[in-house]
Amino acid sequence: MFDDKPETTRMNMIQAIRDAQDVMLGKDENVVVFGEDVGYFGGVFRCTEGLQAKYGKQRVFDAPISESGIVGAAIGMGAYGLRPCVEVQFADYVFPAYDQISQEAARLRYRSNGQFTAPLVIRMPTGGGIFGGQTHSQSPETLFTHVSGLKTVIPSNPYDAKGMLIASIEDDDPVIFLEPKRLYNGPFDGHHDKPVVPWSKHPKGEVPTGHYTVPLGKADIVREGKDVTILAYGTMVFVAETAANETGIDAEIIDLRSLLPLDIETIVESVKKTGRCVIVHEATITSGFGGELSALVQEECFYHLEAPIERVAGWDTPYPHAQEWHYFPGPARVGEALKSVMEAV
Amino acid sequence: MAQADASSPKSNYNATKDELLKYYKDMLLIRRFEEKAGQLYGMGHIGGFCHLYIGQEAVVVGMEALKKEGDQVITGYRDHGHMLACGMDPKGVMAELTGREGGYSKGKGGSMHMFSTEKKFYGGHGIVGAQIPLGTGLAFANRYNGNDSVSLTYFGDGAANQGQVFEAMNMAQLWKLPVIFIIENNQYAMGTSIKRSHAETHLYRRGASFGIPGTEVDGMDVLAVREAGREAMEHARTGKGPYVLEMKTYRYRGHSMSDPAKYRTRDEVDDIRTNSDPIKKCENYILSGKHASEDDLKEIDKEIKQVVKEAADFSLESPEPDPKELFTDILA
Repeated sequence: MFDDKPETTRMNMIQAIRDAQDVMLGKDENVVVFGEDVGYFGGVFRCTEGLQAKYGKQRVFDAPISESGIVGAAIGMGAYGLRPCVEVQFADYVFPAYDQISQEAARLRYRSNGQFTAPLVIRMPTGGGIFGGQTHSQSPETLFTHVSGLKTVIPSNPYDAKGMLIASIEDDDPVIFLEPKRLYNGPFDGHHDKPVVPWSKHPKGEVPTGHYTVPLGKADIVREGKDVTILAYGTMVFVAETAANETGIDAEIIDLRSLLPLDIETIVESVKKTGRCVIVHEATITSGFGGELSALVQEECFYHLEAPIERVAGWDTPYPHAQEWHYFPGPARVGEALKSVMEAV
Repeated sequence: MAQADASSPKSNYNATKDELLKYYKDMLLIRRFEEKAGQLYGMGHIGGFCHLYIGQEAVVVGMEALKKEGDQVITGYRDHGHMLACGMDPKGVMAELTGREGGYSKGKGGSMHMFSTEKKFYGGHGIVGAQIPLGTGLAFANRYNGNDSVSLTYFGDGAANQGQVFEAMNMAQLWKLPVIFIIENNQYAMGTSIKRSHAETHLYRRGASFGIPGTEVDGMDVLAVREAGREAMEHARTGKGPYVLEMKTYRYRGHSMSDPAKYRTRDEVDDIRTNSDPIKKCENYILSGKHASEDDLKEIDKEIKQVVKEAADFSLESPEPDPKELFTDILA
């Protein structure tokens, strides 16, 4: 008589990612989940906790510390009809697998004339903000966006994380699924000296139960504004919001969510409206994704621009240990760029 | 694990009083240093990752006893013990953990990334297994330069599964390089037991397909380590090529500082602490040989605690690195 089952559940990003895998393991018997510490231990960030107990060791299992082997095996599984969702424990650990990703997963469809595909998802925690130092903090997204044949996505909140992970697992192409680890437990605003606000206090922590998708290739306008467009993704979405609030500049913030395919229409429409653009990412600036975005905005919106496009990004240095917050492009640096583009004319 | 009885130490290792006391002090320094690092972490003075070496002390100290001037050491991220055993200054190591200017890498490296050209310590590497080909390269340089130095290349049981281990081993044997692959098998790759991730759990056999000899060693006994290491060192130093030593050891603490520890029982840890502790075993060698009294050992502990206290004080007094340091040492 009473259906009081909630349609949504409050989740942090870890729970949302786990839930997406849970839904897909339940829905499609071709889905398998594996990686280092993923089975028995439940993942270093607990993103697969309980899944082995629920679905068994045949479908959720531990792999040896062999990233190249993990990804290579997943490509073979995918070519034969499975849908592997593998975890690389940190994005910084992906490099031994880069050969398999860039030359096998990304190219299988093309070189087999569409006969074979690699429908796998490679999840990996990315970015800094947890004092991980140079081997646990990097943001290698452009290494993937530079390779044709891959999709590269990066959700910034639990709602998107679950919907995009389901969409990624259902996608017939290889998807690099980057998880901003600083956002796992809350929408970090860039002020590292303040306590973490949990996802339970944020509307995007309200996650539908069961199956739903957030389409890959669709950006999200997370804050509407008329003065300047901020292009951001991952951890930088909330940093950008903070900077807009603190400077009082009426910024429109676009969370790209998907870097490739890129929702260029949403970007162009916004920049044509505001006439200004600031691009923010945590990865090092040179050859970063901001360079690509800047070129695209210039090509598409040149006659609408009222100020040079600005990029705020990590410095061209290795990710430091002690000086993490000097490296991290926080709200102050984003705020300076916002002021600068507003004063340009 | 081979569990020698701590109460009845083997006597055929022929260690002198001075040797035993040195090993005891060196192991105790690592233990006390790591305990302090754990405390400083708990107090918020150390951030990020911090992998403690407690329980594994006999491995580095036993191998260090065999080193000659010029021999190199390289390891993974559980590296504090290796640095202290090499003779690096506890102050500089602790200050790197706290991210200060006085740290070996001026705070830019942190716990996992420290180096000393003076002590021929080549790091401190945060990527699992990445140091193994590097250690092989060090050995190549030794051979190329015509010296008789040996590269001590340490890694864990988890790293033993990386593909590059086999690439490095093949080259090392092909070119007869003076490298000892020292596998510190503490039985858990983070939270995954060796049984769940290794098709062949006898890791001393890792080099078998390349014809590299290997030995399984009780890594909880400093003299057993020294004894097995002696043969390996002789092999490498005299141009016979690489050698694999599998050190059966155990870490008492978590993988890093946040470890749910659900992958093993408390009983298992307690059993090893009680029955196989490497420092207790060394203490036993000393006491049963009447090389020192319990009071003498207490005095040693006091001295070591003072050294560690000074390191901790230094690591908190040393200033934060200058913001300009962010941009130094990227390129020449």
